[in-house]
Amino acid sequence: MSDFLLELRSEEIPARMQDRARDDLARLFAAEIARAGLTAGEVVTYATPRRLALIARDLPHETAAVETEVKGPRASAPPQALEGFLRKTGLTREQLIERDGVLFAFTRTPGRATADVLADAIPAIFRAFPWPKSMRWGELSVSPESPRWVRPLSGVVAMFGTDVVPCTVAGVPAGAATLGHRFHHPGPVTLAGASDYVEKLRATHVIVNQDERRALIRTRAAALAADAGLTLVEDEGLVAENAGLTEWPVPLMGRFDPDYLSVPPEVIQLTARVNQKYFVARDAGGALANAFICVANIDAPDGGAKIADGNRKVLAARLSDARFFYDTDLKVPLDTQAEKLDRIVFHEKLGSVADKVARVAKLAEWLATENIVPNCDPALARRAAELCKADLVTGMVGEFPELQGVMGGYYAAAQNEDPQVAEAIRDHYKPVGQGDEVPTAPVTVAVSLADKLDSIYAFFRAAEKPSGSRDPFALRRSALGIISITIKNDLRFSLYSVTNYLDSILTPPVDPARDVYGADLAQEDLDFFLADRLKVQQREAGVRHDLIDAVFALGGEDDLVRLLARVRALQSFVGTDDGANLLTGYRRAANILKKEGYEPSDAQLASHAPEPAEAALAAALDAAEPAAADAVTREAFEEAMAALARLRAPVDRFFEEVTVNDADRDKRSARLALLARVRDAVHRVADFSRIVG
Amino acid sequence: MILTLHRYWSERGCLILQPYDMEMGAGTFHTATTLRALGPDPWSAAFVQPCRRPTDGRYGENPNRLQHYYQYQVILKPSPPDLQQLYLGSLEAIGVDTRLHDIRFVEDDWESPTLGAWGLGWEVWCDGMEVTQFTYFQQMGGFDCRPVSGELTYGLERLATYIQDKDSVYDLAFNGAGVTYGDVFLENERQMSKWNFEVADTDALFDLFRKAEAEARNCLDANLPIPAYEQAVKASHSFNLLQARGVISVAERQAYIGRVRDLAKGACAAWMEKNGWAA
Repeated sequence: MSDFLLELRSEEIPARMQDRARDDLARLFAAEIARAGLTAGEVVTYATPRRLALIARDLPHETAAVETEVKGPRASAPPQALEGFLRKTGLTREQLIERDGVLFAFTRTPGRATADVLADAIPAIFRAFPWPKSMRWGELSVSPESPRWVRPLSGVVAMFGTDVVPCTVAGVPAGAATLGHRFHHPGPVTLAGASDYVEKLRATHVIVNQDERRALIRTRAAALAADAGLTLVEDEGLVAENAGLTEWPVPLMGRFDPDYLSVPPEVIQLTARVNQKYFVARDAGGALANAFICVANIDAPDGGAKIADGNRKVLAARLSDARFFYDTDLKVPLDTQAEKLDRIVFHEKLGSVADKVARVAKLAEWLATENIVPNCDPALARRAAELCKADLVTGMVGEFPELQGVMGGYYAAAQNEDPQVAEAIRDHYKPVGQGDEVPTAPVTVAVSLADKLDSIYAFFRAAEKPSGSRDPFALRRSALGIISITIKNDLRFSLYSVTNYLDSILTPPVDPARDVYGADLAQEDLDFFLADRLKVQQREAGVRHDLIDAVFALGGEDDLVRLLARVRALQSFVGTDDGANLLTGYRRAANILKKEGYEPSDAQLASHAPEPAEAALAAALDAAEPAAADAVTREAFEEAMAALARLRAPVDRFFEEVTVNDADRDKRSARLALLARVRDAVHRVADFSRIVG
Repeated sequence: MILTLHRYWSERGCLILQPYDMEMGAGTFHTATTLRALGPDPWSAAFVQPCRRPTDGRYGENPNRLQHYYQYQVILKPSPPDLQQLYLGSLEAIGVDTRLHDIRFVEDDWESPTLGAWGLGWEVWCDGMEVTQFTYFQQMGGFDCRPVSGELTYGLERLATYIQDKDSVYDLAFNGAGVTYGDVFLENERQMSKWNFEVADTDALFDLFRKAEAEARNCLDANLPIPAYEQAVKASHSFNLLQARGVISVAERQAYIGRVRDLAKGACAAWMEKNGWAA
């Protein structure tokens, strides 16, 4: 048994690709050796910017020999048959073995040297490597069959035990020598094999283990901040990225001119993170400090003083640019910016962003006027909506699209808009996903809801619905937002009334020639779409999707809050003994009605002397029906369930004592009618046939 | 600095060329890069190229962003195996101490939608500042580069701020006798930023764009790829000015880029054909 070391050295591998590359290397290697019948012990992979490495422990020196037995002709067969068999197997008559009058050829394929297997495997892995983006380089790139790698391949170490595995990849022969840190140790390093790989490279200022580099950055960056009395703003994405950019990470702290703190903190943080890959820190009060932490790839003799200073200059230039955008934007009123939105296409069938803003403003105002969003000043809702997209044409959002909303909020505050308006502009994109903060400030709620309702309805109306994995306009996310906002704020509205209103203000109107859909179908589809999203959204809260179906299937329920209240009452009811039994009784009744093809008609009400169980059930229904109906009207769904629960005993007794399928037609009809009443009474609360289990 | 780079690259087999005498956004637009990156013939050249990027103007108020600056451009075809080492050697030659500064190669996939070109490489960071764009061209004018060229684009002003240890490009010593970069260029930046962003006659620019486009077609019809390419460069610059004036909407932007790209691709295709190279 020996260990195998493979190192593919290249020019700098993008940080974001390194993790997947390690996985791919391990997977391709396992597949290659498995094809040869080999298995390794532990397999570890490493990635730095300049190398991708794999160590496989305990590989046998040879693959196992394989013996095969091939059945030939009978010993008594004609000579031509024997000759054919000898030709095929390459053996002589003497080498065949006779058993029960039949000739057999035995061939033993000896084991292959593992080194040979590896020598074939390495170029195969290279060729099959699935880099997300690969390139050609150098003289070989003249040919269409040019080798491809993520960046030019510069060296290969392949060693089995202490021996080099002889192979060539992209014109580069494998050897035992690698390179250390580009600046700390420019010369070659000869390796003994897998055994000294990690430590020998460490001695040349290369930490090959990415996890070790990450841990070092994490702890050192936190310590630098703490030493300065600050708290690091943790960012695992930055940790991984910096570890992917360095072989010898050296976190360094620097300070920038505190004057730049006049720029919004979100901007500073984003500039530092996105443009420069720096960490930032907060002071004891939680405010952003004028400090940054960069991660150098070198232990400079001056302790990194020049490097930190150089980075400070770059950040200063970036922040100066951010301040340029900020100051320039501040000079233009948001109303003027909003006018430019007519140049941005929202969707080819749905006009410009200015058209969208006009719809959202009307809807937001309407939601406030109709008291759908309570305690909301309609004029403020309208104002906030009119300005909510204006920051899209500002310089800052052009530079950092992630800051949409946030910048609008700042600019609105700066031009002395009502604080509620500024807040609504800032937060109207929320919630952005499950778990994101859900707005509760009335003006924000109105604008956020209006924005999302408009998006969904407008796209549905234009027949641009999401399908399968295709949801280019993120309408599912909008739907989840609508649901979360509605439920969180207990907003009561009929979806139909909202979509009716939206249809009346739809500008530009749907081109009749292209209106394949129609408003009614759009509304119905939208309703189903929202119910579907509701199931997804409520799954985490433990609400059963079949119960949502059961309530939704009644039709006409387009008030999300009420729908959910019904579902919750239903869920607790079916969990009780009464509920479970009533469900059983309901199913029995429904089955019988279905089997009998029961059709209600007036004629069957001919009198017959009801048995006591029938009379009891009829009496129970007489009481339960109005009670349940009344409770539903009052939205007292628990009460409605309780009213139904009182049917359980009479229903059970009915099935015990009464035969529905009586020979007497009148009796049968009357009993079927009674069961139909049971079914209908239950359906007043939910469609029990949708309940699963 | 420029003289040192000229000597360094000349010693390594590069032709030393002069700037292209047209307004262009990057050294890559020089025909010594675009057209020479096509076809099988070896090619090595180095030159300075003034660049104009109207939208990068900051009225002289940003320490390292300018609407007019100088690139030092090196193109080596095919890309040599030790290109990174050659590059680092050139940094040492102009006085960047690579033991004292943090030099890093940070992923940056280069793409020029107006040239129909792309490549893989990095932006080279010196203490966090992008000082060089390092690219292996994969396609130019829509054609695969066979073989691949290596392209180095140094930002001369930014490198100089490191070497002279200045915070702002305007503080750079121009001659070592008291004249600064600001003395030479600050007023240009102020006036040109003002013109680019606020004054330039947009109707005239739209007109220039259309005329350059028409003339490029005219050249292509006459099988003259180099003049056609020059007209594409002119159209590109008019487009950049229109962008700075903020009169091109997001939706229109792609269409304009596509129009310039069509011209550049047409010129590249004609160049390939004239040289008898298969695509």
